[in-house]
Amino acid sequence: MLGPVVAGLWGTFLPAFGHLPAAGITGPSLDPFRYLFDWAGLPRAMMLSITTGLIATGVSLLIVMLITAGWSGTRPFRLLERLLSPLLSVPHAAAAFGLAFLIAPSGWLSRLVSPGLTGWDRPPDLLIIQDSWGLTMTAGLIIKEVPFLLLITLAALGQADAQRSVAISQALGYGRLTGWLKTVFPRVYAQIRPPIYVVLAYSMSVVDVAVILGPNTPPSLSVQIVKWMSDPDLAMRLEGAAGALLQLLLVIGALVLWRLGEIAAGIIGRRWIMTGRRGRFDAVTAQIALGLGAACALAVLLGVVVLTIWSFAGYWGFPDALPDQLTWRNWMRHGPGTLEALGETALIASVVALAALILTIGCLEAEYRYGLHISQRGIWLLYLPLLIPQTAFLPGLQTLMLGLGADVGRGPVMLAHLVFVLPYVFLSLADPFRAWDTRMGTIAAALRSSPNGVLWRVRLPMLLRPVLTALAVGLAVSVGQYLPTLLIGGGRVATLTTEAVALASGGDRRAIGVYGLMQTGAALIPFALALLVPAMVWRNRKGLRHG
Amino acid sequence: MMKHLAVLAALLAPLPALADPDPANWDTVKAEAEGQTVYWNAWGGSTTTNDFIAWVGDRVAEDYGVTLEHVKLTDTADAVTRVLSEKQAGENDDGAIDMIWINGANFAAMKEADLLFGPYAEQLPNWSVVDAEGKTVQTDFTVPTEGYESPWAMAQVVFVHDTADMPDRLGSMQALLEWAQANPGRFSYPQPPDFLGTTFLKQVLVDILPDPSVLEVAATDETYDAVTEPLWAYLDALTPNLWREGKAYPATGTAMFPLIADGEIDLSISFSPGAASTAIANSELPPTVRTFVLDKGTIGNASFVAIPYNSGSKAGAMIVANFLMSPEAQARAQDPEILGYGTVLNMDALSDADRAVFEGLDLGVATLSPAELGTVQAEPHPSWMTRIADDWMTRYGVAQ
Repeated sequence: MLGPVVAGLWGTFLPAFGHLPAAGITGPSLDPFRYLFDWAGLPRAMMLSITTGLIATGVSLLIVMLITAGWSGTRPFRLLERLLSPLLSVPHAAAAFGLAFLIAPSGWLSRLVSPGLTGWDRPPDLLIIQDSWGLTMTAGLIIKEVPFLLLITLAALGQADAQRSVAISQALGYGRLTGWLKTVFPRVYAQIRPPIYVVLAYSMSVVDVAVILGPNTPPSLSVQIVKWMSDPDLAMRLEGAAGALLQLLLVIGALVLWRLGEIAAGIIGRRWIMTGRRGRFDAVTAQIALGLGAACALAVLLGVVVLTIWSFAGYWGFPDALPDQLTWRNWMRHGPGTLEALGETALIASVVALAALILTIGCLEAEYRYGLHISQRGIWLLYLPLLIPQTAFLPGLQTLMLGLGADVGRGPVMLAHLVFVLPYVFLSLADPFRAWDTRMGTIAAALRSSPNGVLWRVRLPMLLRPVLTALAVGLAVSVGQYLPTLLIGGGRVATLTTEAVALASGGDRRAIGVYGLMQTGAALIPFALALLVPAMVWRNRKGLRHG
Repeated sequence: MMKHLAVLAALLAPLPALADPDPANWDTVKAEAEGQTVYWNAWGGSTTTNDFIAWVGDRVAEDYGVTLEHVKLTDTADAVTRVLSEKQAGENDDGAIDMIWINGANFAAMKEADLLFGPYAEQLPNWSVVDAEGKTVQTDFTVPTEGYESPWAMAQVVFVHDTADMPDRLGSMQALLEWAQANPGRFSYPQPPDFLGTTFLKQVLVDILPDPSVLEVAATDETYDAVTEPLWAYLDALTPNLWREGKAYPATGTAMFPLIADGEIDLSISFSPGAASTAIANSELPPTVRTFVLDKGTIGNASFVAIPYNSGSKAGAMIVANFLMSPEAQARAQDPEILGYGTVLNMDALSDADRAVFEGLDLGVATLSPAELGTVQAEPHPSWMTRIADDWMTRYGVAQ
């Protein structure tokens, strides 16, 4: 998966240094960077990229860790887990639309309390959506990253032997939360570190959420890059390419900063453990964390509800809490279009996710059988497509695919999706797969089971839950892809996501409701199955339920 | 020796991609078009337009066996980028795009870079009923079209106001400024470089300049600063009184309809005289909405379609382009229940039956009659728009 990234970057690198023969410009020159630094919005756009990335990642991680620490194994936790995990499937664009429909001055929350509590008979002129600091956009990322990190944490938790560690620390007088943080957290964090880096890189360079919720005066750097790249003035692509390289550097810088933060946290954490404090504020902290987690779940959930209402709404004036009438008209109007897009989406997603799963299992099994070890460097190569901003290498990749004669259409889009889906599937499955107790394999082999028999009859059934989770992640990632579908598909491949984002600029809330709901549904069902199937298959094998 | 040179010249000459269809030979075009699939890249943000394009697809499939696929764009410039990428990669025969809904700067860029097929527009059979004299269908933002794009709709700036909150029309841009100062937060325009946003800026300039004819020629470094100075003074006064104090702007024109429906703003701008009536019919706007134009008139232009040089379905694309100029398609587009777009046809050139269809249209409560629409002001040369949009970005687009 390295080839496309390198080729794509090369296709970005050349124009960034003033070389774009198709537009009659040959370099090398530093002019693109000169123009880039002349852009008055640059400091703010860079700042937005950095702050949204770091805040969204930090806050999401904090919420997930505190919830898991304070509540894992309890009833509220299981409830939240059941609530959050399916919400992970809500695509970023749909969740962002839902949040916007909720918290805008004319949003549902404002309608519910107006004019009764507020006295508003017109929406207040408040800058909530597209606020200059990008806080709403950051919130939109957090409500999506919390379910993601929680699911990844859950997958890692099975390997961390958490219950016994917490039991022992509690026996030593530690609070549940403090005990978990001091004993389990370091082990869990080591497992979930790559996904966290991915969240950081993604949050810094996200386009769809930023377009819907982020500021526009100026926008964040990635949105501006996409704008430059699509400017009718072809010379602007040079500036866009220079911006893409800058975005890449920003992401690398932020990752380094995060790594330094990890080291600092490690030093502080060790001192904290040495103090032997048992955790006085555990109860309060745990309550706050649960409240925040519940707020995230509620924001996505109510967002989906308000999308549903809009999709059925007739005329719905402010400050009515509900539309004047509910109607099937919007669904009749957009239904055929959504079904067509759903078919395309489902076909692409299932082929890509299955291919990614087979490749991942093959790769991991080969590693196990032949005693191979993917070096640290090898792992980074795998994560490269996720750590490099899409805006940095996709336009270059598009040129490459055309040059190879791989014409636009479904096939190349599937290949492009695979570049992004495979690492997620690998990320999701690798740790649980490797952490499987190999003594089980030894026992099975001693009972004359062949290596394939061990894989199919022992290992994969035991890992049913992580395998299905990985598949669901793959499906959801593919469903949510916007830029690769648009660029590599040449616009000919219309998925629910490209259709929904195309509607965004028009502001037709009823159509957005219909497409957002369909998009959510396309990703929801696999996740529901990933949770339900293991529970059903292993209903009488308690030890296997958590893979 | 001469023979060798001729062979050499033949080898060096760029090969014609494939024999392109000749629009003058319409029967051949029809025969070639049958069974072709045309990918029409058109802005996909308006659901009513999307429905209209789907209907066009049904009709050309029925009559000509041409399959039309609507590729929904968020920004027409994406299609320009796409054709450029294909040229870069040497895809000269069957690109992804067969037709683009285009005008203004995008057309100027593609024409200049030789990315378009043509000339074809004026050889199409239905060109004979197009109002080439009375409507600006042969120039696009003062750039001559020269048959490289064919018109399919006329647009003119109208202001959209909710009479429940703002009963009276405004006669000039100066009046608009004074009204905004008296009613802060009740007006906005789409964020440039959105075409409607830049149109608003041009409309301000055309209206406040004593003599707007300076805008007909390309902007130069000498003329630009002096001519646009009143515009920036105007915007400096207007911006703090905009919706959200100008810290955020709607993305597009249709994105302002929900703002009016919710009562966030009372006044907005549209480039389609019939769009407000259509939106009322779709319950996207309250029934109290009406439209008006300024005393001196407002800017108008045409929407075109163009065919990329590397389309593999040029015959099919010409069939669609020609159908779009047919009285049947034009009358449907003008129906406010459907689209409410202005027609490009010359009523006098139509048959009596066709003319009766147009005369029988109920234009809708909020649509002005052709007489009420008044004077159509010409679009300035594209160089003004490019510079003004750039300057707007620096002055207001990166505000804190």
